[in-house]
Formats: sequence, C-alpha cells, structure tokens
Amino acid sequence: MERIRPILDSTSHPPAHRRGPLRKAAPAWFLPPAALLVLLWAVPLVSLTWRGLRAGALPFITDPMVVQALRLSLVTSTVAAFLVVLTGTPLAYALSRWEFRGRRVVEVLIDLTLVLPPSVAGVALLIAFGRRGVLGPALGAVGVSLPFTTAAVVMAQMFVAAPFFVRAARLGFDAVDAQMEEAATTEGANAWQLFRFVMFPLAGRGLMGGLVLCWTRALGEFGATILFAGNMAGRTQTMPLAIYLGFERDVGVALALSVLLLFVSSVLLLGLRRLERAADLA
Amino acid sequence: MIPVLTLPRRPSHDKAGGSLGWRRLLAVVFVATLMVAACASEGDSVAGETPAAQGVTTEAQSLVVFAAASLTDAFQDLGRGFEAANPGVAVTFNFAGSQALRTQIEEGAAADVFASASLKEMEVLAAAGMLAGVERTFATNLLTIIVPPDNPADIGSPLDLARPGVKLVLAATEVPAGGYARQSIDLLAGLYGASFSEAVRMNVVSSEDNVKQVVAKVQLGEADAGIVYGTDALAAASLITVAIPRDQNIVAEYPIAVLAQTTNGNLAAAFVEYLLSPDGLDALKRWGFRPLQ
Repeated sequence: MERIRPILDSTSHPPAHRRGPLRKAAPAWFLPPAALLVLLWAVPLVSLTWRGLRAGALPFITDPMVVQALRLSLVTSTVAAFLVVLTGTPLAYALSRWEFRGRRVVEVLIDLTLVLPPSVAGVALLIAFGRRGVLGPALGAVGVSLPFTTAAVVMAQMFVAAPFFVRAARLGFDAVDAQMEEAATTEGANAWQLFRFVMFPLAGRGLMGGLVLCWTRALGEFGATILFAGNMAGRTQTMPLAIYLGFERDVGVALALSVLLLFVSSVLLLGLRRLERAADLA
Repeated sequence: MIPVLTLPRRPSHDKAGGSLGWRRLLAVVFVATLMVAACASEGDSVAGETPAAQGVTTEAQSLVVFAAASLTDAFQDLGRGFEAANPGVAVTFNFAGSQALRTQIEEGAAADVFASASLKEMEVLAAAGMLAGVERTFATNLLTIIVPPDNPADIGSPLDLARPGVKLVLAATEVPAGGYARQSIDLLAGLYGASFSEAVRMNVVSSEDNVKQVVAKVQLGEADAGIVYGTDALAAASLITVAIPRDQNIVAEYPIAVLAQTTNGNLAAAFVEYLLSPDGLDALKRWGFRPLQ
C-alpha cells in the first residue's frame, strides 16, 4: 500500500526520488489568483531590498545598535529553537504514539498558542510571570525576576514558536510507516532504540521542517517580546524591535535593519533546507 | 485535531489544449470584469454627488487628528466638545509617540492636524514643507516621577533613582518624553553629583515606544519607577508621584498645526481655534496641562 505523505510537514518540493516531469494537474484559471498572491509576497520583498540597498543601507551594518540587535536576535532565537527541539520532540512523540489522559487538552493548547496573537501572548506571559503576576512572588522568593531580561526574550520566543515545531514533528512521527515500527519491535528494539534508530531518522524531514518554521518564527518575534521583555539595547532589543523603533528615528536605519534581517533569515532558511535535503538522502 | 492534507498520487489526465483555451479566456474575462466593476463603483460615488452639494460643502465632515500619546485624555475630551459644537462632524484620533506620528506623516499617512509633544518633531515637518501655515504652541507640561501604589523600591526623591537595583522605565530617547527625561536626569546630576546620570542610566530596564507604555509598566508593578508627564500621573490617579524640582525639570512645549496635505482645511483650522478657545484651554487645564508662560 502506498504511503500517503502529509504535506504539512514540509513546505519544500518533494524529495529527489519523487521528482518527475511536471504534470498539468491544475486548472488554468487557478493562475490569476495564485499569481496575485505571489505578487503580494514578491513586490514588497523586492521593493524593500531594492530601496534598502539603494538608500546606502550597507554602512549602517556596522552601527553598534544594529550589531547588538543582530547578535541578540541570533543568540536568543538559537537558544529558543534548541530548547523547543529538546522539549518539543518528546512532546510530539508522546502525542503521536501514546494514548494518555489530557492528550486532547494538550492538543488544544498547542493549536491555541498557534493562533494566539503575539501581543496577547505578551500580556499573558506578563500576567503569569511578571513581578505581580501569578507566579511572580514565587519566582521572586527564589530571586528570579523575568521581565526585562534576555531570558524573558527566549521565553517569549519559545512560547510563540514552539507550536510550529511540535505540530510538524508530530506529523513527521505520524507519517512513519507502521510496518517499520512493527519490524523494529519484533527485532527486539526497546522504546528508546525504536525512537533513536527508527522513528527519529524516518521523521527527520518533519522535524527539520518544523525546526525551520520554529527558528524563523522565533527570529521574527516582536509583540510578545516588547510587552514581556521590554526594550533595552543589548539585553532585550532584538532585530524586529530595533526595526520598529528605528523606523521612528530614521527610516534609513529601519531599511538597513530590515534588509539585514531578511538576508539573515534567508541564509538560515537555505542552510536548514540544505540540511533537510541531506537528511532526506541519507 | 491537527489537520493532515494529502495529495492524490494519480496525475489528472491532460485534456487537449483547445479545451483549456476557453477556460483561459474565461479567466481573463472574469478578472477583467472584477476590475471594471471596481472602477465603476468608485466612479458612481463621485458622480453621485450633486453639483449643489459640491458647491455648498466641498469638505467631508470628518477630521483626522494625530496627537502625542500624552494628549490622549485631554484630546478625547476636546474631540467630544468639538463634535458637540459642530453637529455632523466626526473627529478621529491617532495617539502615539510624536516621533512615530511624524514618521507616519512623512510616509504619507492621511491626517489633517498634528499635535506634538515637542517642537522638534513639528520643525522637521515644517522644514519639509508639510505644514499649512505655522504651528501654534498651546500648552506646556512638566515631568514627574511615578511609582506603583505600594512603592516597592521606596522611592522618596529623585536621588533614589540612582540606587542600585531600582528598575526604572523611560520612554525611548526618540520619544519626546524620553528625551526630556534624560535631559532632566542630566540636570539633576548638577544637584546630586556627576555620577548620578550614570547610575540612573544603569537602572533603566526598558525604553518604551511612547509615554503611556511607561505608565502601563509602572501600573503593572513591573517597574519600580518611571518618568512621565505630570498629566499622565494625573490621568493614572492610583500611582504615587515623586516630584522633580522645578529647576531641574523640563518644560515640554506642545505645538499644533494644520497639515498641508489636508482636504478639510476649514474644519482643521476650526479645530485648532477650538483648542485655543476658552473651552479648549479649560479642557487642557482639567487634565493638568499648563498654559504658556
């Protein structure tokens, strides 16, 4: 029986061994609306790059504010993505393979945080972990104060970006052929070996796709960050915040930052896609 | 719960090119019809105005006012008063940091009137020729320190802001309130010693986008203190204020001007006149704004 591949686990084209000649499978009148959407994406991005480079944006790249914001963005999003993978993979696996009480609740939570507006997420984090928040006094007793810290930036990024990873990872695990699993267990694999040598590699594409979405979402996070972590150069001012505030100071600075962030995101995306393809062929 | 979409693996059969040809034509006709319909409906609304109506009032009865965040409460009052005095008029406000509003206007946002918390933002627009006429300064404001009702860091005087560990929130430097606050801190250093400025800057944990965000952070108790306008402290009555001495305080001057891009010149001018009238100045005074010296 053919394996039906869910398409939500990756937004890239099918793996190498599946690529065939292009087939005319779509009605011709799909073209105008599709083209409209592509234009909606393409025109702003091209305009931004064109204007940004023309406005002499490159000299701004060495501005200390830009360097600080970029470094902070890269560090926090990497840490957030790493923590999401560490905690999200077991969660996705559990959702995929176990029947446990409260599973439905967890699924609802994930979907809810996925559609939650980032500013709402920021307010929620503040109400939960702020100094006067629900857990505020408890944290204060241990000497921890989260708002206005870099840790708060990472938390905000994790909060909004994790659902992307967990959903994609779960789909990846779901898509693994049941026969593989059965074969492994009859060969005598225990739960950890089953995960490590069968499920994890076979779900690799789903996990990588999820990582891409999660990491770039964390990199671009704004609303929850500015509300929960505040805005402080070097400590909590990530690139999106710097762009937003820089826009009010000098449009040229904002342009430079935007082009830079676009470039960084593209590089990140390309790098991860490359890894994805490598994982696929392996 | 999590939707899974699947693609059928079987390719659809390709029909002959001819039958796709009429579909393509249909698509073009469909899109063209939409475009014509859109243009036609716009044309209708223009053609629908009778010459008589066009002659009597060429202006719509709506006014867009961009005003500094600190003017929120006072201007909302003013807007209501203006609408009451001019039936049929609707005033819409956009409150934000003056620097944000100035940028929006520069980038083409549609506004009739601009009221700023600093002369600097207004002068930038004036230099770019975006004002219709000159600006009029209508009020002044002083700064004050605000702390949460329970005063967690026990701030009793401006000197306490330099104490290590105090969480101070200011508006960003580009925001008028933030610029003024930092100027005031430097003036206070003349009173408390040169290291005061540095110590206070070390305590700044966040630079907010507008002054109302500073108020919010203090109200939430996340910040130990914030520096805002006296009018903001008045509007957020639950907060405790710690005064900054008059000599080290900054007098913020608020200018207002009609923008050159306005299509409601008469109405805009009427709004400015209303602001400067006794009714308008009363409303400002109610909210703590000071008259011009």
